[in-house]
Amino acid sequence: MSETTAEGRAASSVGTSTAEPDNRARAVGAAPPDPQRRSRRLQWSLAGVAILLLALFPIYQGGSLLYIGLTCMAAAVGAIGLTLLTGVTGQLSLAHAFFLAVGTYSYAFLSGEPGGQAVKYGGLGLHPVLAAICGVLLAGFAGLLFSPIASRLRGIYLGVASLSLVLIGQHVLFNWQAVTGGFNGRPAAPFRLFGFEFSNDSPENLFVLDVPFGRNERLWYLFLVLLVLAALFARNLLRSRPGRALQMVRDREVAASVMGVGVARYKAYAFVLSSLYAGLAGVMLALILRPTPDSFGLVLSISYLAMIVIGGLGSVVGAIVGATFVTALPALFQQYSDVFSFLAQPGTGGLDAATFAKFLYGGAVVFVLLVEPGGLGAVGRRFIGTISGASRLTKRTVKSANPQDSPTSNPAAPQDDSGSRREAPDRARSQSNRDEEHR
Amino acid sequence: MKLFLELVINGLSVGAVYALIALGFVIIFKATEVVNFAQGSLLFLGGFTISEFSDDFGFFPALLLGITVAAFGALLIERILAIRATQASVNTLAIVTIGVDIIIAAELVRRVGVDARTLRDPFGASTLNVAGVEVAWSRVAAIIVAAVLVSAFFLAFKYTKWGIAMRASAEDPEAAALMGIRRARVSAIAWVLAGLLATVAVVFLVAFPTPGLDGSVTRLALKAFPAAILGGLDSTGGAIIGGLLVGMAEQLALGYDNYLSFLGGSFGEIMPYVIMIIVLLVRPSGLFGTKDLARV
Repeated sequence: MSETTAEGRAASSVGTSTAEPDNRARAVGAAPPDPQRRSRRLQWSLAGVAILLLALFPIYQGGSLLYIGLTCMAAAVGAIGLTLLTGVTGQLSLAHAFFLAVGTYSYAFLSGEPGGQAVKYGGLGLHPVLAAICGVLLAGFAGLLFSPIASRLRGIYLGVASLSLVLIGQHVLFNWQAVTGGFNGRPAAPFRLFGFEFSNDSPENLFVLDVPFGRNERLWYLFLVLLVLAALFARNLLRSRPGRALQMVRDREVAASVMGVGVARYKAYAFVLSSLYAGLAGVMLALILRPTPDSFGLVLSISYLAMIVIGGLGSVVGAIVGATFVTALPALFQQYSDVFSFLAQPGTGGLDAATFAKFLYGGAVVFVLLVEPGGLGAVGRRFIGTISGASRLTKRTVKSANPQDSPTSNPAAPQDDSGSRREAPDRARSQSNRDEEHR
Repeated sequence: MKLFLELVINGLSVGAVYALIALGFVIIFKATEVVNFAQGSLLFLGGFTISEFSDDFGFFPALLLGITVAAFGALLIERILAIRATQASVNTLAIVTIGVDIIIAAELVRRVGVDARTLRDPFGASTLNVAGVEVAWSRVAAIIVAAVLVSAFFLAFKYTKWGIAMRASAEDPEAAALMGIRRARVSAIAWVLAGLLATVAVVFLVAFPTPGLDGSVTRLALKAFPAAILGGLDSTGGAIIGGLLVGMAEQLALGYDNYLSFLGGSFGEIMPYVIMIIVLLVRPSGLFGTKDLARV
């Protein structure tokens, strides 16, 4: 299937809802029937529109909204990594903040210059590109170091054990002041690519379409490219052989090993991969804020978990949506606290923006898992399926495949998403959608 | 030597408190296969209730009230989880408890504010001095109370109807259900018990040598996780031993902090987690946990 290259083509053919007959003939041979192809086209065109809108965003909006957007994109990359581990492979991890921190501080130390007043910190002053690559790789290496534990522990033990990484990691961050700058953190060097600096100078006073392009505007495009690449890689991985192996490990370890999947090896692989993603997100964070050890605590790990749950475990697009939800919400409430009159100023004892945002995303986690385990991702897919007519076909398939199954196990069958075709039999056990075809 | 003795007694005491919280984890895990990440905020809830009412009603009525509120909170979480208990995976349910934890902790942190509160426990700041070894009374009381509660629990676990029902249910849920054991009741009692244990634990967790109840108490409660994991999540005896081990190691490391300064300041704070990792490397199911065997 060549959707990876077909984006432009798909985007141009939104209007043509009926496919040509020869297309249909090919589709029958290659398994995906017509409405599915249509729904996939719709997905690609939606993605294209979203990317286009995002690319135009800095032209229209600057200032703090742009900054919030940058934090969302960094979080989205990290969330994709966590969803590969927790959503796809089924390994609960609370250690994500630790790997983010490894990426952030590796970049800050390798690229930064020595400095500091009260607390002296070092810096190697390497080229930012080299430092960024090293930051990502070091985070992956940290994941590799933990993988002997990660791959041996079963189920919930890993979740609890990974707690320790965050707490130990934070201890190291506070105490290894030569690298981290201690409690008050340290700055990192701005990113530079072929002499073009992603900061407010060099070239100074850059204007695009009469809009001043400062640090945030320049970083915006860098982050957008990184996010799209990260999402594409994850999506393609899920449809590949290793991706299916990872899902098998989640669904049934014993069956996976019987099928020849090296369970321990794949768990370690997922762990390393997710920490590579976290490392990249960490590097991105280092580019937009001054990292302090305090911010890489358990709260951060938990918020990443909330992101992927709200978006739908195992869904790449869901991870991006969830990351935006969890990251932007507190910031937006803070920003527009005068609009939301029920919110009090922090410290006055009333309901402040940060607490309210926590209520919202804590509640969203509970609600999503209990009511719509597929998260926002599943809701979106169902919507796309309805528009493109894919769900109608799928419903028929479900009925003919196992007539007694769908009404009993799933009272919501009529509106159900197209994924139920494959997962109707053990839908109840699955915590996430596993129909990578509809992603 | 004097310092060592003091540290050992303090370690036993702190360990006993961790053991109480860890026991709560293990009871819930055995009854429902859920790892309750909201235990920290249940404990916070109990402590907060005590601090609200101990001024007006005195400590013991407030304690009773605190236990009741925490038990009700636990029961509420249990009911929420029950919506999907049979279908969702263990990880999903654990994440649900994290979601609940976020909400409760956020609200309580907001209400408590920045100042540490006292629970007005009867031990106050009095200390016990035996042959030059000086220990806070609250620490001694923690050991005694924990010992009483733990033995009561083990007796109940062995001899009462509920204990038998729970052990049967943990052994084989389906067979137990077929024999007429109500799983809903077993799991409800388990959660209530965990709420009770957490509230008793919080009294000692924030008593005299520590500054008092504030938002960091959930962080203290987290240390019960290494305790529960060390002993094995499904072993009640393991929770006790794990708790004592963790508390002892933590207090010793904190006491001899200046010898450990090459590891960074107050290394003892993360000692429980270091031990947990080391133990899990050797025994992936904890010291006394049931090994997960898969038959192909």
